[in-house]
Amino acid sequence: MRHLHIALWGVLPYLVLVLFLAGSAWRYQYDRFGITTRSSQLHESRLLRVASPMFHIGLLLVIGGHVIGLIVPESLTEALRVPESAYRANALLVGGLAGTAAVAGLSVLIWRRLSTRAVRESSTRSDRALYPVLVTVLVAGLVATLAGSASGDYDYRLGVSIWFRSLFELDPNVDAMRDAPLVFQVHTLTGMALFALWPFSRLVHAFAAPVGYLVRPYVVYRSRRPAPARALDGRPDRA
Amino acid sequence: MARPSLRKKGGAANGRGKAAPRRVMAQVAMVMNLDKCIGCHTCSVTCKQTWTNRPGTEYVWFNNVETRPGQGYPRGYEDQDRWNGGWTLNRRGRLVPRAGGRFRRLSGIFANPDLPELNDYYEPWTYDYATLTDAPLGDDVPTAAPRSLIDGRPTSVEWGPNWDDDLGGGPAHVANDPMLRKIGDGIKLEYEQSFMFYLPRICEHCLNPSCVAACPSGALYKRIEDGIVLVDQDRCRGWRMCVSGCPYKKIYFNHRTGKAEKCTLCYPRIEAGEPTVCSETCVGRLRYLGVILYDPDRVGEAASVEDDRDLYEAQLGCFLDPDDPQVAAAAEASGVPHDWVTAARRSPVHALINKYRVALPLHPEYRTMPMVWYIPPLSPIVDALAETGNDGEDAGNLFGAIESLRIPVSYLAELFTAGDEEPVRASLRKLAAMRAHMRRVNLGEPEDPSIAGSVGMDTDQMRAMYRLLALAKYDERYVIPTAYSGGSFTGHADHGCSLEGPGGPGMMDGDAAGEAFHAPPLVPAPSSAAGEGDGDGPRRVNLLNWNGHGRPAGLFPPRAAGEES
Ligand code: SF4
Ligand code: SF4
Repeated sequence: MRHLHIALWGVLPYLVLVLFLAGSAWRYQYDRFGITTRSSQLHESRLLRVASPMFHIGLLLVIGGHVIGLIVPESLTEALRVPESAYRANALLVGGLAGTAAVAGLSVLIWRRLSTRAVRESSTRSDRALYPVLVTVLVAGLVATLAGSASGDYDYRLGVSIWFRSLFELDPNVDAMRDAPLVFQVHTLTGMALFALWPFSRLVHAFAAPVGYLVRPYVVYRSRRPAPARALDGRPDRA
Repeated sequence: MARPSLRKKGGAANGRGKAAPRRVMAQVAMVMNLDKCIGCHTCSVTCKQTWTNRPGTEYVWFNNVETRPGQGYPRGYEDQDRWNGGWTLNRRGRLVPRAGGRFRRLSGIFANPDLPELNDYYEPWTYDYATLTDAPLGDDVPTAAPRSLIDGRPTSVEWGPNWDDDLGGGPAHVANDPMLRKIGDGIKLEYEQSFMFYLPRICEHCLNPSCVAACPSGALYKRIEDGIVLVDQDRCRGWRMCVSGCPYKKIYFNHRTGKAEKCTLCYPRIEAGEPTVCSETCVGRLRYLGVILYDPDRVGEAASVEDDRDLYEAQLGCFLDPDDPQVAAAAEASGVPHDWVTAARRSPVHALINKYRVALPLHPEYRTMPMVWYIPPLSPIVDALAETGNDGEDAGNLFGAIESLRIPVSYLAELFTAGDEEPVRASLRKLAAMRAHMRRVNLGEPEDPSIAGSVGMDTDQMRAMYRLLALAKYDERYVIPTAYSGGSFTGHADHGCSLEGPGGPGMMDGDAAGEAFHAPPLVPAPSSAAGEGDGDGPRRVNLLNWNGHGRPAGLFPPRAAGEES
C-alpha cells in the first residue's frame, strides 16, 4: 500500500502537472483554432440559459473556495483571529451552496445533452470522457464539504491542504493524504484526472476568459497583414 | 450636420467647406439597384457554393434575398426590441451597444440571452435520395423523404431560408414583417393590392460595426486598408456575442467548429481587384463595387446624432470627395495609395451615394453606419400608372405617381431612412426623371433640361447616371483597386490565411468526396509541375478554366515526373 500511496500522492501530481502545462502549450501552439466553447446554444437555448450560468458561477465560487482553503494555512486565519467555527460555517454555507448550484447546473446540462438529439449528436469523444469525471469531482467534493464540515471530525486544512502545499515544496507529504477520508481521496484523484484532461477537452476555453474586453476599445482595427519581415525601400518592384 | 439639399453639381454634404480631414480611410462598399433584382437567388447560391457548403454551416447564407414585405432571414431579425442588435444612445446621449456595455456582456457570457436559435433561421435538411435507387421492387413509388441535416432524423420541412419568397404564405406570414407593423394598418395586404420587391442582403461591412464591439475576444476586426469586417478564426472562442450584436444578423455560428463566421466580401477576390462572387454572378447586374473615402474621426459623432432620421445625412457627412485635392492629399498622407484615390474618383458607389444621391443605407437607425446601400425600386409605379391609361414614363405623371405609388414610400422609408420619406422620394424622383429624360432621347425628341433640373441635376448627369444604372458596364460597375499593405504584395500564396483551419471557412470538407477537390493541395508542387502555380507555394486550381473533360491541370500533385499529362 505504501508504494501505491507514494505513486498516487507523490508522483502522480507531478505527472499531471507536466501533462497539464505541456498539453496546454501544445494546444495553444498547434490548435488555436480548436480552442472554443463549442457552445450548443444554437440547438437548445431554454435549458442552457438557466443551467449554464448556474453551473459556471457555482464553479467559479467553488474554485475561489479551493484557492482559499488550500493555500491559506490554518495558522494564518488563527493569527487573524477568525474563529474556527465561523470559518467552517462560511465554508459550509458558501461552499455548499456554490457546490450545489454547480452540481445542479451540471445535471441539467448533462440531461439536456443527452435528451436533445442535436446536442447529443454534436458531442465529441472528449466530452464523453470529460463529463463523468466532472460529475465525480463535483459530487465527491460536495459530499466532502457537507459531510466533512457537518460532522467536524476531519479538518482538511490539517490534511489535504498540507499535502497540497507540500507539493510545491517538492517534498510531498504523502501521509497527510493517506490519512484523509476516502471521499477526499476520490475528489483529489478525479480532480487530477480533470487537470490531465483539461488541455485536451473543451475545458481549455477557460483559458480564453475574455477579461481584456473590459479595457479594450469597442471597435478593433487590424491591418491586412503584418508589415513584411524584410525591410524594403518602399518599392514593391525592389522586393 | 449638413442640411439635406440638392445641389446642381456633384454631391452635397461631403463635408465640403470644412477643414481638410485629419485622417482619411478607404472602404470597399457596395450599392445594389433594387429596381433590377428579379429575385433569382443566383447570388445566394453561388455564395453558398463558395463559402458555406460545409458541415456546420448548412443553415448559413452569407448572401440571402428576401421578399419584402416579409419576415426576412432569420425570421423577424429587424425587430431589435427582441434581438437587441446594433447600437443605441444611453441616457447621457452616448453610443452604447444595445445589448449593454462591457460589464453586462461579460456577465451574460455563460448564456447569450439574445441569441437566435436554429429554428429562427430554419432547420437545414436534405432528402433521402438513396431510397430512390435502392428501394426494393414494390407497388409503391419510392419517395425521397426529407432528413434533418442537424441530427440525421426524418423531419418535416416547416420553414426554410426563403419560405415567404414571393409573398409565400400570404398575409398570415407577411403581417409578421417588423417594418410593416411599424407603419401600421395603412398597408393593404389583399392580393389585388399587394406589392413586393426583393432585398438581397450581405454583411454591411459597417463603419461602426456592432459585431466587432460585441466580441469579447477581439477576434472580429475591421481591416484598415479596405474596411472589410472579418473574423479571426484562430482567436474566436465561440462566445456568440457578435451573432446577437449584429442587427442585420449577418454573423453565423458554425455549430461544428464552434466559431463565428460571416460574409468576407470575398476578400481574396477584392484583393485581386475582382468583384465578389455575388456581384460577379448577379443576373440582374445590379451590384456596384467601389471605393469610398471617409473621415474616421467623424464616424463616432455621426453615429451618435440624436434623431434616427438624421443618421442618413450624418453618414453622408462622413464621406469625403476624392476630387477635392485636400482630401486626396490627406488620403495619401494617411497611407491610402494613389491608385485607391483615383479609383475612388471613378467609384460607381461614390457616384450613386454622394453625387447622384440615389442610393440609401439599409436601416441607418441601427447606428452601425452600414456600407452596402440600396437604390429603392421604382418599376411597379410605372406599371401601375400605365394600367390606368396614363403615360407611364411622362415626367409629370411619374412625379405624381410617386406620391401615390404601389410600394408605399413609407415602407421604403422604414427600410432605408428610419422612416424619413423625403430622401426616398428624392431618390425615386431622380430615377423617374432619368426615365423621362432618356425616353425623349430615345424617341429622338429634343432634350428637355427642365426634367433634369426639376430634380437638381443636369442633362450630362442624367446621361451618366443612365449609363451607370441602365447599361451598367462591367468595368463601370466594379472599380476595385488591388490590395495594398505595407509596401509589397505578391499574392496570397506565400502567407497562411487564418480562414484555412480545419473545418474553417477557407477549407472544404475533406471527407465529402465530391468537394474534396476544392482543397488546396497539401504537398507543395515542384516548380516544374504543370498547373497554375509555378512557384513553390501551394498551387491553386481554377476550375473555371476546366472544360469538364479529363482531369483539370494541377488538380492532383504529380505522382512521378513523367506521368503528368
Ligand atoms: S452588418 Fe456586418 S459589419 Fe455590420 S454589424 Fe453586422 S456583421 Fe458586423
Ligand atoms: S443574383 Fe442579382 S438579380 Fe438574382 S437575386 Fe441576386 S441580386 Fe437579385
